[in-house]
Amino acid sequence: MFDRIWRIVIKEFIELKRDKWARFRLIVPPLVQMLVFGYAATFEVYHVSTVVLDRDQTQESRELLSRFTFSDRFRVVETASTDAEVARAIDRSDAAVALVIHPGFANLLRKGQTAPLQVIVDGTNSNTALIALGYVDLIAGQYSADYAADLVRRGLAGANAKPVVVNLETRPWYNPDLNGRWFFVPGVVGTLTLVLIVSLTASAIVREREVGTLEQLMVSPLRPVELILGKTVPFFLIGLAEVALVAGFGMAWFRVPFFGNPIILLLGTVLFLLSTLGLGILISTVCKTQQQAFASNFFVLNPMFTLSGFSFPISSMPNVLQWLTYLDPLRYYLVVIRGTFVKGVGLDALWPDMLGMAALGTGLLGLSILRFRKSLD
Amino acid sequence: MKLVRLKAMAVKETLQVWRDPFSLLIALLMPLMQMLLLGYGVSLDIKHLPVCVYDREASQDSQDLLKRFQASEYFEIVQVADNYTEITTSLDRGRCVLAIVIPPDFTERLNDSGASTVQAIVDATDTNTANIAMGYAQAVVGGFSTDAQISATDAQGRPLQFIQPVDVESRVWFNEDLSSRNFIIPGIIALIMALVGAQLTSLTISREWERGTMELLVSTPVSPMEVMLGKLAPYFLIGLLDAAFCLVFGVFWFDVPFRGDVATLFLATSLFLVVVLGIGYLVSVKIKSQVGAAQMGLLLTLLPTTLLSGYAFPIDQMPPLVQGVTYLVFARYYVTALKALFLKGSGIVDLAPELLAMVAYAAVVAFLAARAFRKNLD
Repeated sequence: MFDRIWRIVIKEFIELKRDKWARFRLIVPPLVQMLVFGYAATFEVYHVSTVVLDRDQTQESRELLSRFTFSDRFRVVETASTDAEVARAIDRSDAAVALVIHPGFANLLRKGQTAPLQVIVDGTNSNTALIALGYVDLIAGQYSADYAADLVRRGLAGANAKPVVVNLETRPWYNPDLNGRWFFVPGVVGTLTLVLIVSLTASAIVREREVGTLEQLMVSPLRPVELILGKTVPFFLIGLAEVALVAGFGMAWFRVPFFGNPIILLLGTVLFLLSTLGLGILISTVCKTQQQAFASNFFVLNPMFTLSGFSFPISSMPNVLQWLTYLDPLRYYLVVIRGTFVKGVGLDALWPDMLGMAALGTGLLGLSILRFRKSLD
Repeated sequence: MKLVRLKAMAVKETLQVWRDPFSLLIALLMPLMQMLLLGYGVSLDIKHLPVCVYDREASQDSQDLLKRFQASEYFEIVQVADNYTEITTSLDRGRCVLAIVIPPDFTERLNDSGASTVQAIVDATDTNTANIAMGYAQAVVGGFSTDAQISATDAQGRPLQFIQPVDVESRVWFNEDLSSRNFIIPGIIALIMALVGAQLTSLTISREWERGTMELLVSTPVSPMEVMLGKLAPYFLIGLLDAAFCLVFGVFWFDVPFRGDVATLFLATSLFLVVVLGIGYLVSVKIKSQVGAAQMGLLLTLLPTTLLSGYAFPIDQMPPLVQGVTYLVFARYYVTALKALFLKGSGIVDLAPELLAMVAYAAVVAFLAARAFRKNLD
């Protein structure tokens, strides 16, 4: 039995070796995608283009604005002199944030009263706007606290005055610098593996059917289980190699650390590959032509990608979609791969996801084998 | 060029699309699926983020602060921990994303020196969520801070004077609720156009090769120019129909504001379709296998539209070199125009640079595509 499976495996590899296009597809697009994702996929907010309008022109107003100039979160691109200029800068997207200080700002401050700092944000990109607003609050709050402390110290603020009360000390764990690449690079490894292995497996079987060589295999002494094992083992091995290649490249190029245990990642990858192989075979049993297989890949893989939590948090989705994510093997694998890369956690934390993948993998593989045997008759 | 032959070509292609379930699926079902999936699934807004709290003081003040976290729609307290180990376990297992620790001397310090510190530990695996969560936590604590100041009294029972020198008055323009749906949906139109356009056309010539009908096509009097225009016309119309569908669906189903004018939207969409269809056609002429052509078509249109157009990931945050590359990505101009049309209500004059860039792009692609197909069988 093993001998016959082994022969099919060898046949598949020979086919791959002779197919230049397939070899190219295995190596170049994944690496290119890793590069593009690594550089382009970022939600970080630095150097937000800012227009300032200082109509007070006092030491206080300049001091406050200079704190924005010296922060790496904002970059002052324009100093306006009228409200209309501010509006035009935002309208034309020359600036995403406008800081406006009205006349009398310093006078109010010196009297111990509250003076407004007017902020206008272009909300078109809601995410950048939200984060930028947070930084405006932080910088203005810091200035405010310093100014209040100064007033109190110099006894200018009245006997009962007290400055800011409660500080929040934030500690980002696992990724202290909030480096977005640590989040995206492991995610890309999972996504690419899903897309590649499912479409390879599906098209390999559909191709045999389309070309008509599946009938030849059927008249050979191979049993269906042997045929299916022989057909999937190569893609299983390719999947493992692909994960190693893409993950290694991502780690080396983008300096993403690996804090966890490689054995656990290997275990997770094996379980994940079961689902991808099952899915590939399942698609191949439904489709008669490669073109159909390609289209169904798309209809299956695209939702999986969107629902996996790759870039958009699952907890923000509506409930129905959240339930659907439990049927998505990529959802579990992303937890495992990010858990091992960034969090450095072990099986005690990852067992539910391993279990989820094992269940989905066995289910999909079992179903696909049943359907495959039927489709041979 | 004869109009009769052009029309015959277009009719043939339309029939072919109509009779091919695969093409119909892509032309009709794909936009609906994408719109629903991305419209509902793609959200960067944070709601009910799981929070773990460890109140080491358990006083009135500390409970008051934690109640504010519970009351906020952004957070949901899912666990009350009794020690640091529980917090670590909870964060490790992803049961909570944020942990709030209140020190045992919280109230004491508040009364003594007027300043106290609360610790927020956040799971930064998802950096964006972590960033937003820290901002909201900051706001909750800030609110507590302000109110605590107002209600505090000194030793003689006189109310303390509340000083807060600078108050940030923020106003958000164009997307007043900062809803990420308003930010994502206009870009989805570009995604769907790229997908539908490239997918359908990338097969148009390779299909003739694979089915062996190329010989027939070559033997007819139809000219290469007529082949191109006749083949692309139906897809162009499908693209416009899909764009209209997306516009109506986005505005009426997802309540995304549309503040610009529809004519400019369709002008921009037509230009974008010319580019996408042209690329799909070029790929189809060059790559003779249908699957290869479909994949190449996707790689050339969908990947740049998803990642390098500013549809979800802001271009100004990319490294300078990559920012330079985005000027070559035609989807960049279309996505900019879409967002400006939907949210800013920009007119044709404001969008002149983007439209001109797209005209240039469309001209180049159309020129290349017109020269690509030759009537020979090698």
